[in-house]
Amino acid sequence: MSEQAPFTIEQFYKHISQGKLMGGKCKKCGKIHLPPRPLCDKCFSKEFEWTQIQPKGKLVTYTIIHVAPPQFQQMTPYAVGIIQLENDLKIPGMIKEVAPEQIKIGMELTIAFETSTTTSQWPQWPRYYFKPA
Amino acid sequence: MKGKPLVSIVSAGLSKFGKLEGLYAREIFAEAAKEAFDRCPNLDPKRDIKMLFVGHMGESYEHQGHTGATVADWAGLLHIPATRTETACASSGAALRAGVFAVLSGLCDVVMVGGVEKMTHRTTSEVTEFLAMASDFPFEQWHGITFPGLYALMATAHMHKYGTTEEQLAMVAVKNHHNGFLNPKAHMQKEVTLEKALSSRVIAWPLKLYDCSLITDGGSCIIITKPEIAKKYTDMPIQIIGSGQASDSIGMYERESLTSLIAAKIAARQAYEMAELRPEHVDIAEVHDCFTIAEIIGYEDLGFCKQGEGGRLVESGETKLDGKLPVNTSGGLKSKGHPVGATGTAQAYEIYLQLTEQAEKRQVKDAKIGLAHNVGGSGATATVHIFRKE
Repeated sequence: MSEQAPFTIEQFYKHISQGKLMGGKCKKCGKIHLPPRPLCDKCFSKEFEWTQIQPKGKLVTYTIIHVAPPQFQQMTPYAVGIIQLENDLKIPGMIKEVAPEQIKIGMELTIAFETSTTTSQWPQWPRYYFKPA
Repeated sequence: MKGKPLVSIVSAGLSKFGKLEGLYAREIFAEAAKEAFDRCPNLDPKRDIKMLFVGHMGESYEHQGHTGATVADWAGLLHIPATRTETACASSGAALRAGVFAVLSGLCDVVMVGGVEKMTHRTTSEVTEFLAMASDFPFEQWHGITFPGLYALMATAHMHKYGTTEEQLAMVAVKNHHNGFLNPKAHMQKEVTLEKALSSRVIAWPLKLYDCSLITDGGSCIIITKPEIAKKYTDMPIQIIGSGQASDSIGMYERESLTSLIAAKIAARQAYEMAELRPEHVDIAEVHDCFTIAEIIGYEDLGFCKQGEGGRLVESGETKLDGKLPVNTSGGLKSKGHPVGATGTAQAYEIYLQLTEQAEKRQVKDAKIGLAHNVGGSGATATVHIFRKE
């Protein structure tokens, strides 16, 4: 049914809860948007199709967070980074299951999916994270 | 408009920057406004000031939005049109630009622009959360990426690509603390050694405490007029001859470059073209050093050095107070402090003081052209203004 689903951030996270990384491909110009958008920023088309993105990539940059907002403070220190996926796409997220000193730019990471959310408030988005391939 | 003055600055005011206990944002702004009024006895604020733009980032700090009307009232300017501009940490850079447009429109001869933020009564964790609101929520904040974290991502990428070092980052802090030590209105008026900066606790590796700007309370304002009437108000007007502003993706991950800010490059190009000047003509600059890496990237985006050479530029000493191009003579966001909404016009205030030779112990000799570079969030907004002594 995902072909009919709206090309929104909400739907992106619904796909995450199903263990899938899905982008929106513009039917007119072919640009892939991750996260999906309802309006193509290249050609202004509103016609898209879902395309599954391989949940793996190379780390392009990272940091180790020591001071965090209240909801993350208990997890400190934790690593976050940006990975380069296929089709020139990038996505940020936490890096887990690896010691901070082992993290290196260029390392291969895969995306792991958390399928449920623990909060009853908005937003009820599940999280994904990166781990060594 | 090329090379011609857009507007003239006839006065400027700045509150003390620091931990202003017991004061509310509107009261802090009034302190800055009072200084600007006192500097300019020929100006009758109630009669002459026709509009106010005020930069203010967050209503979370004081549970108070609708900042335009609030601060206009407390500054004694009740009933003039008063509008808040919000572009995160570039909020008052945008206020300044809005004021330039208001004067150029011909509808207002005299406009006050400024900014204010009251932050220090909140815990560091709360401030961290509020500042992060300037970044993308669904993909950055949601995954625990803090505001220092975003600049740390740029720092790691810059170090990897160009060999920039943690020592070079720390040199920005040492330099700006020296300048702030000489500024009686700076939040942290103390010198910092390279060793102390390098050994401070980690906030978001590779950024340490001394790589981060301060959580500060403060307000700032300047008064601008049509250039042809400026002399009515002051013998020493300062012209604004270039103004640029641009935007970028809110999410850093959507940007092509993680080592430069495209919005700042575009804003700088617009301002230089308008002013008919090149980077080498700039005598002094206030560069948005919310984190030390931001000043290094700022040098590159503004054309003060080649891409990737920013670390070596600070190391060369050329941007020190006695160097060829002094940067952040005020102490910058690093030492003077960063009350986010107030920063853009606080930069303009410093350039005004320098170009009118009122910067006392930190006065740069013979400065004629100044530049202010104000960045919002992780770079989704940037404003650049160029100033000239008449």
